[in-house]
Amino acid sequence: MAVLKTENLSYVYSPGSPFEKTAVDNVNIEIEKGEFVGIIGHTGSGKSTLIQHFNGLLKPTSGKIYLNGKDIWEDKTQIRQVRFKVGLVFQYPEYQIFEETVYKDIAFGPKNMGLSKEETDRRVRATAEAVGLSEGELFKSPFELSGGQKRRVAIAGVMAMEPEVLILDEPTAGLDPKGRDLILEQIKKYHRTFGTTILLVSHSMEDVARYASKILVMNESKLFCYDETAKVFERAEEISQMGLSVPQITRVFNELKSRGIDLGEEVYTVKFAKELLVDILKKRGKLHD
Amino acid sequence: MDNTFARCEDLVFSYDDESRDVLCDVSLSFKRGEFTAVLGHNGCGKSTFAKHLNAILLPCGGSVYVDGIDTKDEERLYDIRQRVGMVFQNPDNQIVATIVEEDVAFALENLGVPPEEIRERVDEALKSVGMYKYRMHSPHQLSGGQKQRVAIAGIIAMRPECIVLDEPTAMLDPIGRREVLKTVKRLNREYGITIILITHYMEEAAMCGRVIVMDKGKVLLDDVPKEVFSKVELLKSVGLDVPQVTELVYELNKYGLGLDQHIITEEECTEALIKLLS
Repeated sequence: MAVLKTENLSYVYSPGSPFEKTAVDNVNIEIEKGEFVGIIGHTGSGKSTLIQHFNGLLKPTSGKIYLNGKDIWEDKTQIRQVRFKVGLVFQYPEYQIFEETVYKDIAFGPKNMGLSKEETDRRVRATAEAVGLSEGELFKSPFELSGGQKRRVAIAGVMAMEPEVLILDEPTAGLDPKGRDLILEQIKKYHRTFGTTILLVSHSMEDVARYASKILVMNESKLFCYDETAKVFERAEEISQMGLSVPQITRVFNELKSRGIDLGEEVYTVKFAKELLVDILKKRGKLHD
Repeated sequence: MDNTFARCEDLVFSYDDESRDVLCDVSLSFKRGEFTAVLGHNGCGKSTFAKHLNAILLPCGGSVYVDGIDTKDEERLYDIRQRVGMVFQNPDNQIVATIVEEDVAFALENLGVPPEEIRERVDEALKSVGMYKYRMHSPHQLSGGQKQRVAIAGIIAMRPECIVLDEPTAMLDPIGRREVLKTVKRLNREYGITIILITHYMEEAAMCGRVIVMDKGKVLLDDVPKEVFSKVELLKSVGLDVPQVTELVYELNKYGLGLDQHIITEEECTEALIKLLS
């Protein structure tokens, strides 16, 4: 069963005013449990507005959202529960840290959920470990940490609520390549360990290509497509026209195709490109083990 | 005339609250009209270095000369800042006025430039970054890339010789990144402005004339992009990447294919692969 489902979801900002703008236009989507989804779309495409519907921060102007088959707005008093089940990590989440220690900051969510001290402690330690924070760092002030560490504290704070769906809005913005890889690897490991459904919003096609099994593309308030990663990259040309950039490696292999060298596969990661080429060269006897 | 625009000699710097040197014995020089990228992981000292180029920070040891002026010479501070403009990461932190053209005029008004000349310089600056038609807009109506271009226009209006950009595209989407890079490239090509671009994007660095890699407050590499990116292992060891096409060549060469490790552009990679597969 789909963990998240939208039905004719639309959202209009400032309806009836001169600034009226349809930000999400009739989106129908079903996201399966345990999926790792990349969400892409340029600024103003509606992707941020869409994800804010998934945990009830925004209420649709029309249409419905279902979490585990249940309409989240059916009973307004239950919306708090939805927010515990669908965790949202905003852009630059480190600006939202406010507690005295890393431990207290991560514990804030679980405490709010009314969990016992023991359970809260277990979760704080488990998620701190998941994002690579050491025991010693738990009792430091978050403000003594580096930017990358602070961001991981903020992410751990949402993970500690053990949501069924974890949405991250550009978790790697502003980080250097190493910091970026570290966070993405930790999210991947967390996904594997906990089986949490992950929705990763990113401008980096390279990152999305490396980690997501499915990609959701928003364009001009509409759902352009939601499909397996390889299928989405088959539409590289359309995606480029939207102002999004496909990975450099994909552009190279598309150029090869247009020059008559069709390798029969969509290439969107360096690792895959290498394997594909080595395979072909071996078959042709140009390369030996 | 000497073609060197900025030069630093044995530059040493540490922040008050830290004992470690953020910059240790950095000696570099930049020619007029040069387009240089500076790479390095967070905390390697590259932003600290950049801030020495217009005297936001002053050396603890060694010297920095901008157009022959020692940055320690307080009396020449305005001369230095007029020659070297800086653009930072977050466009929202750099815009002060409520109308685009007023923002671009801000520094000129402070310098006491006559009104007619302000008008002229602001228009010219906005045209040079392709934002002239937005001159009466309010900055909050603009996209990130547009705001960053307005910030650049504010500097162009000062008619600097050099612009230092500290990760100007880090917070932008792909369209915004493209807009800003195109603008910077044009300013370099058409106006001969010296550009120093600090970035985490290897593809941006690959298109510059020169790439400097910093690590632990020192200059690790300083060469043309082709040479720098051919050192895949060294770059990875200091937490950096190479363009995807360079990485592919590197991976394939592990199989003894003997491809040119100096490949850094899509075109070069495509050609090499065509040869390999035919």
